[in-house]
Amino acid sequence: MSTKSKVMAEQRSAIRCVNVGKTWGAGTDRAVEALRQFDLEVGKSEFIVLLGPSGCGKSTLLYLIAGLEDLTAGEIESHGKVVYGPDSDRSLIFQESSLYPWLSVIENVTFGLKLRGMAKTERRGIAVELLNKVGLGGFEEKRPDELSGGMRQRAAVARALAMEPSVLLMDEPFAALDVQTRSKLQDFLIQIWRDSQASVMFVTHHIDEAIALADRVVVFTARPGSIKSIVPIELPRPRDPREPKLRDLRDELIDLLADEVDRAFAEQEQISEKNQIRA
Amino acid sequence: MSRGAKVRIRPTRFSKFAGESIWWVASVALFAGIWEFCWYMGWANPMLLPPPHIFLQDILLAGKLFDKSTRLGNPTAGVIVWTVVKTIGASTLRVVIGLSIAFVGSLAVGMAIRFSPYFGRLILPVVNLLAPISPIAWLPIAMLIFGLGNAPAIFLVYIALFFIMTLATLSLIDNLPIAYLQVARIMGATRLQIFLQVILPAILPGLFVVLRLNLFAAWMIVLIAESVGVGGGLGLVVIISRNTFDAQLAFFTMFIIGIVGFFLDIVLREIQRRVLYWAP
Repeated sequence: MSTKSKVMAEQRSAIRCVNVGKTWGAGTDRAVEALRQFDLEVGKSEFIVLLGPSGCGKSTLLYLIAGLEDLTAGEIESHGKVVYGPDSDRSLIFQESSLYPWLSVIENVTFGLKLRGMAKTERRGIAVELLNKVGLGGFEEKRPDELSGGMRQRAAVARALAMEPSVLLMDEPFAALDVQTRSKLQDFLIQIWRDSQASVMFVTHHIDEAIALADRVVVFTARPGSIKSIVPIELPRPRDPREPKLRDLRDELIDLLADEVDRAFAEQEQISEKNQIRA
Repeated sequence: MSRGAKVRIRPTRFSKFAGESIWWVASVALFAGIWEFCWYMGWANPMLLPPPHIFLQDILLAGKLFDKSTRLGNPTAGVIVWTVVKTIGASTLRVVIGLSIAFVGSLAVGMAIRFSPYFGRLILPVVNLLAPISPIAWLPIAMLIFGLGNAPAIFLVYIALFFIMTLATLSLIDNLPIAYLQVARIMGATRLQIFLQVILPAILPGLFVVLRLNLFAAWMIVLIAESVGVGGGLGLVVIISRNTFDAQLAFFTMFIIGIVGFFLDIVLREIQRRVLYWAP
């Protein structure tokens, strides 16, 4: 065990999942078991990437941690407290921009602060500072549909940061973006993460993205999702993907994923066959 | 080929408008031209199907028949035009007021149904039962309750739209991007805050589209109400033309009905573009 992970084990963890299970539509004939016996501890300020084939329950886990869905087994703790519902301390950033199109950028960022009853000048001050930080200074009064996809996601990050969360949950936030924008936003995210001291749980099915970002990569099995393997990446950032160590890691992750992708694929074919028979 | 060779000129609002107008003129001219041609060849009896140049040639004569007060005697042109404008205004106002009440009412009831599940279960069956009843069937009731005048006409417009738009409100709420609601929940919004600050603005543009689509239905209903004698308006003129076998007046009134409906739609579209710009 490295010194870094020892230190983290001593701290109380930011998120603790104990034996978590989730079955969608439990008790019906369409029940789908998304997660089974999932155990994970996320340290304070740790950057975790959840990697796995599509439909393996990565996003489900995020929704459970966010408190937006109820789990069907086990328990999730955040800073030692059991999670019962959503809380601004655990912010979720979605795949597509979820900015409110009827509000300007700055009104979007201050939305949560306004709900808290913060005075207008104060919340605008915070928002302007955050927008500068995410590189959207001068775009305060624009409407979301006037921004590019990458800028919208930055605004969504600013909106989440306004609530000063200790955990940032990110559900494939860059999946809809082109490769160049994506790599820019990855650098940007690393910077934001360092400044904010928040723990990040980042869902992706891109191995390169996982390698570029993670302290630890959690590889999922196919559905029902559980942990196949946890791969620590103890290399300084920014990381050069051509570095031999990273290439070995990538090979390792490709091997780990390959079986699960095959299994997920086979299962999906089975399901579609079943549906055809039903129909 | 050099890169700057082809400069694509972005169409300005004016040139776009001009381009559309040409097709408008062409379309109307084609239709009117065929009609006029049939009249010229003697195929269309001018007593039954007077072509545009006939029913538009004596606007004052037609306008004179719009109201009892000007029908007899020799009113001045100014008085006649004022009578026509008042008649158009009466019908338009009934539609606009009916639309507004229906919009606000269905929005409030639809949101209340989704806000309180018990209220929803209690109200929704009645809404579903009343929705398919044609507003025409409400006409006797409207006149029994409200008598003559503006109220029954407005009521019929309201009835024509309220149920449809209540159901549309429900469907719009149910089909909102779930992320909108989840973001608000994470930020700590209460249920009431979510309904007023997220769901309401999110569905407004969609509901306004439904309103626009039903504008023509409302415009038809108000004419029917007026034609059975709730008092005045363009619908009454239509009935006068029927009772006097005056095809010229009938076509002139139809012409006005079409033009006014068309411009009402433009007005609603502009409201939507300027105020509810986040429409999907």
